[in-house]
Amino acid sequence: MVVLIILLMIAAGLLLVVLYVIGTYNVFVGLRNQVDNAWSQIDVQLKRRHDLIPNLVETAKGYMQHERGTFEAVTNARAQAMGAKTVAEAAKAEGALGDALSKFMLVVENYPDLKANQNFLALQEELSSTENKIAFARQAYNDQAMFFNNRIQMFPSNIVAGIFTFTKRDFFEVSAAEEREAPKVSF
Amino acid sequence: MWELIRINKRNSVLLLMLMAVCLLGLGAVIGMAIKGPDGGMLGLMIATGIWVILTLISFSSGDQIMLAASNAVPVTHDVNPQLFNVVEEMSIASGLPMPKVYIINDPAPNAFATGRNPKSASVAVTAGLLAKLNRDELQGVVGHEMSHILHRDILFVTLAGVMLGSVALLSQVFLRGMMYGGGSRRRYSSGGGKGGGGAMAILLIVAIVAAILAPIVTQLLYFALSRRREYLADAGSARLTRYPEGLANALEKIADDRAPQLASANKVTAPMFIVNPFKKMGEWNLSDMTSTHPPISERIRILRNMSQGASLKDYSDAFVNVTKSRTVMPASALTKEDIALREASAEAKEEQKEKQLRQVGDIMRKVNGFIFLTCACGMTLKIPPNYAAATVECPRCHTTHNVNKA
Repeated sequence: MVVLIILLMIAAGLLLVVLYVIGTYNVFVGLRNQVDNAWSQIDVQLKRRHDLIPNLVETAKGYMQHERGTFEAVTNARAQAMGAKTVAEAAKAEGALGDALSKFMLVVENYPDLKANQNFLALQEELSSTENKIAFARQAYNDQAMFFNNRIQMFPSNIVAGIFTFTKRDFFEVSAAEEREAPKVSF
Repeated sequence: MWELIRINKRNSVLLLMLMAVCLLGLGAVIGMAIKGPDGGMLGLMIATGIWVILTLISFSSGDQIMLAASNAVPVTHDVNPQLFNVVEEMSIASGLPMPKVYIINDPAPNAFATGRNPKSASVAVTAGLLAKLNRDELQGVVGHEMSHILHRDILFVTLAGVMLGSVALLSQVFLRGMMYGGGSRRRYSSGGGKGGGGAMAILLIVAIVAAILAPIVTQLLYFALSRRREYLADAGSARLTRYPEGLANALEKIADDRAPQLASANKVTAPMFIVNPFKKMGEWNLSDMTSTHPPISERIRILRNMSQGASLKDYSDAFVNVTKSRTVMPASALTKEDIALREASAEAKEEQKEKQLRQVGDIMRKVNGFIFLTCACGMTLKIPPNYAAATVECPRCHTTHNVNKA
């Protein structure tokens, strides 16, 4: 009789453990999918930036006829960014593209006619919004990755994480040091 | 951030259970006072019935009612790119799906968010707000509204509001019934009661007291919770935008505004707005316990005190610094996150320079004896000391003001 009770208690205990493992695994899968989703959001915004640039260059070309160097710099940087294969390459190329764009906008400051053009203003708003969105997408990814990392590293859920190999996600750090500095204006 | 959401959900349930106890208790007491001990069950059922009906109404079409009552016009990207982009940015930062965006055609600056769950959410902003704020400030305000959606505040406030409404309705009906039908009641109570007139009389008194107190208690609870949620939404906005100064500036601009009160403000929808839409509620000071929003000046000071970073813990520290009271942030949300503040956008920097120049100019004018008059249309008239006439006309709205030379 006593043996039966003990066996039942062990069985109940095992059942609880199994339920816990299943529940935690499902939570981890959900979190990992959210992290992946946040990562792809960054991609979406980067592509949006790529798509905006040709329009921007075309609109500006009519006014800034002698700034061929600036146009070429932006167009080349964009081609580089679109052709990048690995994540590290992409990060570096996107940083370079951001730099080229801010230099471009600095040059635009010298052309009041262009700055007053309605099309250009609309494009400028789109561009600055896209830059913001890229920043926020990165931010959201980092937040989500941190939450995920916390969960899989804390005890006791890290045991479950270890069994099913959920790995820690890296933060999307700004790669180029130049990107952290605001562009310096010098005349 | 997720901790906040989880705790908000849990606290919502607890609070609603508390309010439900209040409502059902009131119903039972009133029922018993009217019909004797058997009446308790009937009272309970009526109270539940009222609550269920009100909940169904507010759940099914609460959003539309709110938006229609405010004359909100839906907005697409082409209509107003900046607003749409700002909302999109905040939805990316918070991880929420993109809400529907509306503009309210009213010069008073204000904003609100509705939506029981993030998938069916809407954000509305007044035309007055769009006119007054720059991009950073608009981002701060939209971030605040999105935080309400993120923390599931809307659901909570709706449920609590319905509960409050039911309690108020029930006690009103009972108390008015008491006033008008005092004679017939005695016939009821002595017929149904077994313990005789004495017990019934006591129950009656208890019911009356409960009917008077219950709405007050639930109202105070509602206000306290509403205020707390506003602080948490401010913290959420600071965290999403990484720029609490933006929201602080926006609140300052809204507080300074002199336009007439928001046309569509009413007591029921007031808690949903970012700033209390009522300019004056009779003689009461809007910043005491009976207000749905914390005082704006305090909110601004807390946001500006966040010098270390933009995380929830930084907001909590600033809150404790400024208000010298316990933090409103639940303890498990206070994990140390390394969130750095960002700089103002270019547009905001220019505006700051302009503002500084204007402030210096005003100081010089005050020192040199200029007279400052404020017109109801929002314009400040700065009259030089050698102005000879007795009256001056406002250049914007053409009302005449008397010039008092003290």
